[in-house]
Amino acid sequence: MSDILADGKTSGAAPSDGLAILESQRSTAETFGIPLAVLAELTHRCPLQCPYCSNPIELDRGGTELTTEEWKKVLSELAEIGVLQIHFSGGEPTARKDLVELVQHATDVGLYSNLITSAVLLTKEKLSALADAGLCHVQISFQGNEPMVADRVAGLKNAHEKKLEAAKWTRELDLPLTVNAVMHRQNLHQLSDIIQMAVDLDADRLEVANVQYYGWALKNRAALMPTIEQIDETSRIVEEAAVRLKGILAIDYVVPDYYALRPKKCMGGWGRQFFNISPAGKVLPCHAAESITGLEFESVRSNHSIAWIWQNSEAFNRYRGTGWMPEPCKSCEFREVDFGGCRCQAFALTGDAGNTDPACTLSPMHEQIFRQAEREAAAHEDRFLYRNFAGGTLETDGEHGA
Amino acid sequence: MATSRNISVSEASRPKLPRHARLKFDETRQVWVILAPERVLAPDEIAVEVLQLCDGVRSVGDMADQLAAKYAAPREAILTDVIGMLQDLADKGFLTEAREKTP
Repeated sequence: MSDILADGKTSGAAPSDGLAILESQRSTAETFGIPLAVLAELTHRCPLQCPYCSNPIELDRGGTELTTEEWKKVLSELAEIGVLQIHFSGGEPTARKDLVELVQHATDVGLYSNLITSAVLLTKEKLSALADAGLCHVQISFQGNEPMVADRVAGLKNAHEKKLEAAKWTRELDLPLTVNAVMHRQNLHQLSDIIQMAVDLDADRLEVANVQYYGWALKNRAALMPTIEQIDETSRIVEEAAVRLKGILAIDYVVPDYYALRPKKCMGGWGRQFFNISPAGKVLPCHAAESITGLEFESVRSNHSIAWIWQNSEAFNRYRGTGWMPEPCKSCEFREVDFGGCRCQAFALTGDAGNTDPACTLSPMHEQIFRQAEREAAAHEDRFLYRNFAGGTLETDGEHGA
Repeated sequence: MATSRNISVSEASRPKLPRHARLKFDETRQVWVILAPERVLAPDEIAVEVLQLCDGVRSVGDMADQLAAKYAAPREAILTDVIGMLQDLADKGFLTEAREKTP
C-alpha cells in the first residue's frame, strides 16, 4: 500500500495553474528535505490475515509497541521538523486503544491525519470520536466486492459486511473516503464491480493496487500472481473507468512490476521523500526494509533525533541517490527516474539489496522472474498461507480462514 | 451524493474549503500549502489570498468587491479571474459550497 504513498499522488494538478505541486520541489537526494508525509505503523496486530500483508514476516509483538506517550512525542517531533501529514496505519491501527488520543495529539500539533484501516473493528461511535479528534481522511481496504471472495482473502468472517458499514459511516460523518483494493489473480475478475462499489460508497478515491511481492506476498506468490491476460484487462478497465468517472472518483493505479519493463520508483527513491516508523519505533525507509538483513535501523527510542536518523543514519544513506549503484543502473539514463527500483525486491530475489531490481528488463535476472511469474500464474495453486504471529497458517480444504 | 462535489462557481456562490482540504502556512518551507488526502499542494500568492476569503459566508461577488477595492483594479476583470481560479479548485475537489450539513 505504501508504495503509492510516495508516488503518483500529485498527478491531478498542473503546476501552471496556480497550484504548483510541492512534492516535485522538495526532498531531492541532494538536500534530504524532510518528507511531507510519514507512515506511522502503530501496531502489527490485526484481525485480518491477508496473504499479501505488507507487514514483515517477523511481526512486532504487542509488548514491544511504542507507548501512547512515546507516539505523542514522535508526533510532536515530526510536526516540529516539517512533516505535514501523518498516516496512521498498521497492522490495524484501530486495535490501539489510544488511537483517538493519538489523532487528537496529531491535530493539536498541526498534522493532517489519515487513517489507513481494515475498518472491521470500527463502530460508529469510535469513528465519530476520531472525526471529533480531527481525523481528516479515512482509507478502507477491501478484498473484493462481495463476501465470498473478500472474507476468504481476509481470513475473517463478515469482514466485508463490516467494511461496507464503516464506509457508510465515514461518508455520513462527511469524512473523505478512499477505497483501497489490493488486486491479485483471485480477485481481479471483480475489478469492474469493485470500481462500481467505490462509486456506490461515495468514495472520493480508489486505489487499485496490485500486490507487491515481498514478505507475506512473496510466500503467497504462486497463489496471487495474476496472468498477463489479467493485467492487460486490468489496465483496460482502469483506463476506461478513469475517463468515465472523471470528477466523481479519482483512481490511482499501481501496476504489478513483474510484468513491467521498468521497475517502479519505489518509495520515490530510497530515503528521498518517505519514511515510516514501525510499531517498535524503528525509523525505516519503507515498511518492508527490515527484510533486508545486514542493515541496522535506528529507533526513535535511541538518543538520536528523527531528523538526525533521516539525514545521517547508515541505513538511509546506503542506497540514497545514485552513488551506490552498480551497472546496469550506474550508466542508465533512467537512474534518476526510478532510482534502481525496489531495494527489498532486489534483496528478496537476488540476495543482494544493492543489485538492480529484477523487475527491470535491464536486470540479468528479469527474464527468469518474468517466466517464473507466468508459470506460477498458470499453475493455479490457489491455496493461501494466512498471515499471523505464528509464522503463517496454510489454508485447508473447506475451511479457509473465514 | 457524488455530484455534490462538482460545483459550478458563480458570482453568487459562497465557496469554502471542504473539511478534508486544509489551508496552512508551512513554517519549515515558508510556503502556504493545501493539505488534502495523501496530497500536498502549493497554491500561489493570489490563490492563497482568494482562498482565505472562502469562508462559506462571503459570496464570490463580495470577494471581487473586496479585491477590486484593495488593488484599485476593475471589478469585472477580477471577478472573471476569481471565478476561473475557484472553478479550477472546485474541479480538483478542493472547494465546496456552503450548504446545510447532511446528517
